[in-house]
Amino acid sequence: MLDQPTNERRLTIARAMAEAMQQEMSRDPTVFVMGEDIAGFGGIFGNTRGLFEEFGKERVRDTPISETGFISAAVGAAMDGMRPVVELMFVDFFGVCFDAIYNQMAKNTYFAGGNASVPMVLMTSTGGGYSDAGQHSQCLYGTFAHLPGMKVVSPSNAYDAKGLMTAAIRDDNPVVYMFHKGLQGMGWLGTEAGATVNTPEEDYTVEIGKAKVVRAGTDVTLVGLAMGVHNALKAADKLAEDGVSAEVVDLVSLVPLDRETVINSVAKTGRLIVVDEDYHSYGVSGEIIATVTEHDISKLKASPARITFPDVPIPYAKHMEQFCLPNPDKIVAAYRKM
Amino acid sequence: MQPTKEQSLWMYENMVVSRRFEEAIEKIYLEGKTPAFNMANGPIPGEMHLSNGQEPVAVGVCAHLDADDIVTATHRPHHQAIAKGVDLKKMAAEIFGKSTGLSGGRGGHMHLFDPAVNFACSGIIGESCGPACGAALSRKMQNKPGVAVAFLGEGAANQGAFHEALNLAGSWTLPVVFVIEDNSWGISVPKSESTAVARNDVRAAGYCMPGHYIPGNDPHAIFDIAGQAIARAREGNGPTLIEVETYRLAGHFMGDAEQYRPEGEKDALFAKDPIPRMRERLVADGHAAKDLDALEDRAEARVAEAIAYARNSEYAPDSDALTAVYV
Ligand SMILES: Cc1ncc(C[n+]2csc(CCOP(=O)(O)OP(=O)(O)O)c2C)c(N)n1
Ligand SMILES: [Mg+2]
Repeated sequence: MLDQPTNERRLTIARAMAEAMQQEMSRDPTVFVMGEDIAGFGGIFGNTRGLFEEFGKERVRDTPISETGFISAAVGAAMDGMRPVVELMFVDFFGVCFDAIYNQMAKNTYFAGGNASVPMVLMTSTGGGYSDAGQHSQCLYGTFAHLPGMKVVSPSNAYDAKGLMTAAIRDDNPVVYMFHKGLQGMGWLGTEAGATVNTPEEDYTVEIGKAKVVRAGTDVTLVGLAMGVHNALKAADKLAEDGVSAEVVDLVSLVPLDRETVINSVAKTGRLIVVDEDYHSYGVSGEIIATVTEHDISKLKASPARITFPDVPIPYAKHMEQFCLPNPDKIVAAYRKM
Repeated sequence: MQPTKEQSLWMYENMVVSRRFEEAIEKIYLEGKTPAFNMANGPIPGEMHLSNGQEPVAVGVCAHLDADDIVTATHRPHHQAIAKGVDLKKMAAEIFGKSTGLSGGRGGHMHLFDPAVNFACSGIIGESCGPACGAALSRKMQNKPGVAVAFLGEGAANQGAFHEALNLAGSWTLPVVFVIEDNSWGISVPKSESTAVARNDVRAAGYCMPGHYIPGNDPHAIFDIAGQAIARAREGNGPTLIEVETYRLAGHFMGDAEQYRPEGEKDALFAKDPIPRMRERLVADGHAAKDLDALEDRAEARVAEAIAYARNSEYAPDSDALTAVYV
């Protein structure tokens, strides 16, 4: 693993994902990609661009709109020696195919007593903020992370995106790879500039299950993933103007969850705010808070807080959606209340 | 089954309303999105799936329905909603995200719900089919009249939900009609690359119902077959599957560069634009050009009124986001 990219080579997450797949496909003939509009179109979110031109339609397959069919087909192929990377275009569409994911992909290794593996990657887009309403804007991190048997990762920047994709493809376990649309670097979805970072050309992995302290601080720990990290970093800038030193933890991986990094950070700061674009209840934010309080509640100088999406379907109208979404000001306000 | 004079004019008028509506939406959608196209911006943010070219399907089918009948629609729902009689002003306001919209701005363009005319939508492909079966079952169980029509795209006919729903409809003899709008594309994937059969009507045999394929995007031919299917359902004789050849004159969604289209396809489709063709047919059938002009003006005025209503309406308070759901 490379800690620091060596030369200036800024990639979007979309390009970083495609580059990782391209390199793994070149290295390993069992790797193939399938999903809707991932061939000639290059993926609705740009993350398979160039693969079809290089590898052709046998290994870069456009599928029918049959998610149950092709995701469960990936399970079968993975158990038979292939390493499929499949795309569920929007995570919201999990509803039509969840059996393939959590009853097959996630459980078959266990059912086989560890004697079979399902080395596949399910990549899927998450997140809102551009008025795509309630069936195209969800995160559902908690929904996926709740179910045992599959790893779940979500990068906040291109460096991690590439390394996580490479690691996910090489992993013998099924990995759910959740990429946030607002970080993809596709102009039409708006673009979080902080996600487009230096990314080495050579292949490398980012460890799945390891969180990162992306900003060191002493007064409060802000924990987030994907877009939440950028909201936390912006909040940390604002807090710094008031002389408050915030530490920001990027979870990177939800399963396995690096509880230790979170616990160590809160042990230092004594305050915890979790930023999660997923629904408020029963999700990642509750899990992180439980992790800290369960471990040693005496480390907390104030009740922990969470900035999340309220427990309602995602509204279409821009002002209503923005009202519901986490943002840096809400994080700062939560700190002030502590 | 041939439309009466009034029915022909009704079909044409609704086609024109739909087209003018889409043209207006298309223009407004681009407000605030140039020079940089960012979906989040402008008075109409988010995805926008236009139905230009597909109007014949909506009007040919809905000409046989009244407000009491049920339509479940797709992610590309404007033409279907207009033909079903969804309130145009409230629909426009919903697309603008305004408080006066069908759902007060909570649903948006892919989630148009108008219970007054039994119209519902889903942005999830194939998910129009099951609810139509359920509504049809409900009418049967309550001994109430009414037919349910599920619209879907040809791409959706590869979704499990479609096949499960057809089997339900066939085995329970439900008063439901499945109408596939075959515009030959599912985003960038052509039907020929995604579907094991060339025509979906043959799939009806697997579920013991009649299947029809209607070529040519022709409102009169659609009227004919849909009329028979809906009458059959009303008489208690069960479901029908209809696939209609139609044309998507726009991109999949606005902002789609359409590089996947073969050279010349768009021009060929525009040459077959169903609206001028319908007008020619009406003239040939003896309708006076000036009457058609008046009808077109009326359609335009209705659209202008709806758009003005939407523009001038207020946004709901932010906190309305937290209402209309149990929390
Ligand atoms: C279950 C599901 N999978 C994928 C999508 C993404 N998607 C939206 S429209 C579309 C293509 C639909 O094609 P078709 O059914 O032919 O309808 P058309 O867009 O041509 O009207 C796809 C794949 C979705 N909305 N739902
Ligand atoms: Mg289609």
